[in-house]
Amino acid sequence: MITLAHYLTLAGVLFAIAVAGIFLNRRNVIVLLMCIELLLLAVNFNFVAFSRFLGLLDGQVFVFFILTVAAAEAAIGLAILVVLFRQRRSINVEDLDAMKG
Amino acid sequence: MIEQAVPVLAASELRPAAAEIFLLAAACVVLLAGAFLPERRRDQTFLLTMLALAGATWVSSLVAVPERTVVLYGQFVADPLATLLKLFAYGTAAVTLLYSRDYLRRRGLLRGEYCVLVLCAVLGIQVIASAGSLLSLYLGIEILSLSLYALVAFDRDNGVAAEVAMKYFVLGAIASGTLLYGISIVYGVTGSFDLGVLAELVRGEAAGGIGLVLGLALIVVAVAFKFGAVPFHMWVPDVYHGAPTPVTLFIGSAPKLASFALAIRVLAEGLGGAVAAWQDMLIVLAVLSLAAGNVIAVAQTNIKRMLAYSTIAHVGFILLGILAGTVAGYKAALFYTLTYVILAVGAFGVVLLLTRQGFEAEELDDYRGLNQKSPWFAFVMLLLMFGMAGVPPVVGFWAKLQVIRAVLDVGFVWLAAFAVLMSVIGAFYYLRVVRNMYFEEPADREPLQAGAAFRLVLSLNGLAVLALGLFPGALLAVCARALG
Repeated sequence: MITLAHYLTLAGVLFAIAVAGIFLNRRNVIVLLMCIELLLLAVNFNFVAFSRFLGLLDGQVFVFFILTVAAAEAAIGLAILVVLFRQRRSINVEDLDAMKG
Repeated sequence: MIEQAVPVLAASELRPAAAEIFLLAAACVVLLAGAFLPERRRDQTFLLTMLALAGATWVSSLVAVPERTVVLYGQFVADPLATLLKLFAYGTAAVTLLYSRDYLRRRGLLRGEYCVLVLCAVLGIQVIASAGSLLSLYLGIEILSLSLYALVAFDRDNGVAAEVAMKYFVLGAIASGTLLYGISIVYGVTGSFDLGVLAELVRGEAAGGIGLVLGLALIVVAVAFKFGAVPFHMWVPDVYHGAPTPVTLFIGSAPKLASFALAIRVLAEGLGGAVAAWQDMLIVLAVLSLAAGNVIAVAQTNIKRMLAYSTIAHVGFILLGILAGTVAGYKAALFYTLTYVILAVGAFGVVLLLTRQGFEAEELDDYRGLNQKSPWFAFVMLLLMFGMAGVPPVVGFWAKLQVIRAVLDVGFVWLAAFAVLMSVIGAFYYLRVVRNMYFEEPADREPLQAGAAFRLVLSLNGLAVLALGLFPGALLAVCARALG
């Protein structure tokens, strides 16, 4: 029997993988964008699982909004990536060092 | 499920959201105008944008409600606080556009994109200010953030700006993910997104439940990121420094209103019952922000970077007001936010005033001898710097005083003392700018190139800081009414 805890654990693990991917990745900006996508999908897992086990629909409605926003976010991210590539001829994360925050 | 009556949307439900609908339509018109006008008439989009903001101001004051009204099935709240923040956001955006006009035109950037993105960002601020549920809050945050990422990168020939935009985008996306994770846990514990329902549930039971505290902590992280509070401030100095100055001006001002609205709607309204849980988190954020912001700002030589760290320090003060958890504290935080927005717009306005073709006026040394070049604008900058430092005759003093009084009222004497100490350190780097302007020789004799409208509005901006400092009662009353 798969319980709520299983879904939440899976979502938590996916979320952790995504965050770790963003911070450990030193090579490619596109991998960063993929990690961001995974981050949002991990959260969707949470919403759907809670929605199912609470017997309420609004969690699943929220998921549709997140999917839409994720698409817009990917569009903006790729647009910035194109601008960056035109300037630098590189999408290497380590080359993004003109500013030290 | 099928037998349920399908609810019909009445016109009265849409009336409180008229300003948002108007601004969205206006943004579409500006977008089309920017796309189809011939190249040499592109800057007419600027005029259209100003008209759109004026129209939104008119609509907002037309549909303003004296009391809290909830429409659209709990998604949208109209109340005096939302109206105040929206009107302030229109004004800030309009002044920002006016200050930016010369700079953008000189660099060939005054095209439709900038105006459309600013309008979309204002739309995001409106949605956050009127959010009635976690769903509309999230959508508002995304509308605002996505516009800001694009704004930072919109100067396509600027490699530094593109890099900074990418960093801002990645960190912002992590913050959004954290916010969503927090929202999903709060939803799992309470079963509702509606802030009004949440307030009831949290007050009743489970205010200290481990699930709720976990969700709350994740939401606080996202709020801190949007504010730029330490330790989630990494993006602030880079974005302020790397973005084109008009974009820095915008990011440094209007979105602070949205961050404040976000904190009030989620923490004070939705999760007000769990104040004991989020108060401790905000204390840590506020103390770190006050310390790091003020101390690191001293070491900066670039004025945009210095103002970025000064923003972090001011955010510490705003958080102090919010963490008091009382109506007096929220009022003080609102007053602080509004005055900070006026000060920040003015300070970046002076930076833009000094720019000319091929000269960015970004270094502190560029302010040397401003008094000899233009005594009046040196005086305006003096007022703004005194305002940020909190020197008595200027409005910043009252803002700090209100916040500290609110914190003292709830018994955090050490916190108040710490805030005062940090303000004293902060005064050092503001006064350094003043010293550069008045007691150093100018490096060049180039006259200022700004147009008459820019000079007039910037002068009014400086005088407003002084006038509000001498007569703070009016703005205090406005804040009291908004949160009454």
